[in-house]
Amino acid sequence: MIWLTWRQFRVQAAAACALLAVVAATLLIAGPPLTGSQARLAEAANVVYLGGIVAVYVLPAVIGAFWGAPLVARELEAGTVRLVWNQSVTRSRWLDAKMGLTGLAAVLTTAVLTMAVTLWSDPIDAATRPNTIHAVSDEGSAPEVFAARITPWLFGARGIVPIGHALFAFVLGVAIGILLRRTVPAMAVTLAVFAVVQIATPALVRPYLIPAVRETVTITGSSIDRLGPDDDGVLELGVAGPRGAWILDNRTTVDAAGKEVTAPDWVMDCVPVPTTKPTPQAEVTTAQCFARLSDLGYRQRLTYQPADRFWTLQWRETGLFLLLSALLSALCFRWTKRRLP
Amino acid sequence: MTPVLRAQRLGKRYRRRWALSECTLDVPAGHVVGLVGPNGAGKSTLLNLATGMLTPTEGTIEVCGGPAGGSTQQLAKVGFVAQDTPVLAGLTVAEHLKLGAKLNPGWDDALARRRIEQLGLDPAQRAGKLSGGQRAQLALTLGIAKRPELLILDEPTAALDPLARREFNQALMEIVSEEGVSVILSSHHVADLERVCDYLIVLVSSQVRVSGEVDDLLAHHHRLVGPRRDVTTLPGDQLVVSESHTDRQTMLIVRTEAPILDPAWRVESVSLEDLVLAYMSLPAGAVPGPRPTLERVR
Repeated sequence: MIWLTWRQFRVQAAAACALLAVVAATLLIAGPPLTGSQARLAEAANVVYLGGIVAVYVLPAVIGAFWGAPLVARELEAGTVRLVWNQSVTRSRWLDAKMGLTGLAAVLTTAVLTMAVTLWSDPIDAATRPNTIHAVSDEGSAPEVFAARITPWLFGARGIVPIGHALFAFVLGVAIGILLRRTVPAMAVTLAVFAVVQIATPALVRPYLIPAVRETVTITGSSIDRLGPDDDGVLELGVAGPRGAWILDNRTTVDAAGKEVTAPDWVMDCVPVPTTKPTPQAEVTTAQCFARLSDLGYRQRLTYQPADRFWTLQWRETGLFLLLSALLSALCFRWTKRRLP
Repeated sequence: MTPVLRAQRLGKRYRRRWALSECTLDVPAGHVVGLVGPNGAGKSTLLNLATGMLTPTEGTIEVCGGPAGGSTQQLAKVGFVAQDTPVLAGLTVAEHLKLGAKLNPGWDDALARRRIEQLGLDPAQRAGKLSGGQRAQLALTLGIAKRPELLILDEPTAALDPLARREFNQALMEIVSEEGVSVILSSHHVADLERVCDYLIVLVSSQVRVSGEVDDLLAHHHRLVGPRRDVTTLPGDQLVVSESHTDRQTMLIVRTEAPILDPAWRVESVSLEDLVLAYMSLPAGAVPGPRPTLERVR
């Protein structure tokens, strides 16, 4: 069975190896980013940096659509299951070999790609960690601000999470292929469902994998992150969170009793208009202004996942997707045994 | 001897439509069984149930002494050439043989190679590039080289031109005589079946109309021609399969094991094709008296 699976999979395996070779070559040619005292990313390096992230996101979707969905659907569509299932091999054994080998390939391909991209991007990611003090470049320009690796859109392209995503996308594709029995619709549905999962996970699942840290902080002039009316004209006030953390909420103001309130309108005048050059006098005014706000009992509530939870979150999310993959696989085996053809 | 196929009140429903119902069969080993019926009668359903490709909605089916499908041992007992004779388009002929060898413990490689050689197939040819006849022959080779006790073929020649069909049937007959395997073959070409089969099952609108050895069936069915008369006046053991009347004449095909004694009838023998057509044109549920099944034949 393994021979047959390999025989049917070898073209895709070659494609995966070619892809990895191209990625490795690109990263080697680009060379390590942010060498020496460089504080800004060269334009080419920036393209590689963003391209690497996109590649890690796209690979699981491609695996789901091109390896997962056709795995069973193509054989159902062509009727070749009737040939293979009538050899002296049970369907479970057949699906076992097919899903096992292709799933392993999916995991390995994603692992290698993610590792390569993560390693290459490490100097950039390191610049965002709270314990790293970034060197100011010779030109005196401010160091470029990169997203912390725990930031939702970067988190899914680093560490081990992409492996979980890839395995899930693969099994999802197989399951949808078994249900729809048509290759092309199965590919399309797999892509759509997986995209929804990719978008929903950071928004609805990841923040709750560990209860977020909740702090009530004093509002000061230096910690203020946003101040002004929102679209509805209601005053909105935000404070900056810890460095490298994933801020879930920094816009909630509470009063002395801990009730959620809107800060008084006069706070708007605490900070001078940004266009004017800050004078020492204005700074004093600002400090007094925020001290008055603090005396009245106003505080800001901050909800976030600290930077040092990166790996805990990675393991939990990966574990969650592995669990989902296992459940879906069990369904695939059940359906293959009971519902097909 | 263990029957190769034993079905009891077997039924299969697809959503709301019954593709096969109340199917009770007992097919002894050592026959080439023709399964005949119009399109959509349930032939493929019955054969797919026999291979375990489908699971029954009700009733039971046993093949070569074991429940159909499922285990490795059971799969090894049955060779199946599915409808449209599917092959893996990307694999070569030689790779198909390798597939058979890898996936079947009882694989007879010498037999497979000999057959491919006889057919003049190029082992390096991709299966997707084969003609319909060659594909069917390759599928048949895979089915027989696993050395099954029972070989099931689901309309293997339906899509073939007359020449390829004849070659396929010849190959099948050679296999039967050389390997002594039991065969169940479905077709709607009665003429083909007549040449190959010695046992017949007629399946119409999801029900078995008649089954038995061809010689017995031919011996027990008669065409009666005589003056017009009402069929209800016939002796009770004569089951009317088909009747046609003109103003003065009545022509019947009846089934009976007893001799026809009424001198008013001119008794003629029926051909297998006549017999099949008579059963196929019966309206559903219109078989008179107890439905003739195998038990009544033997």
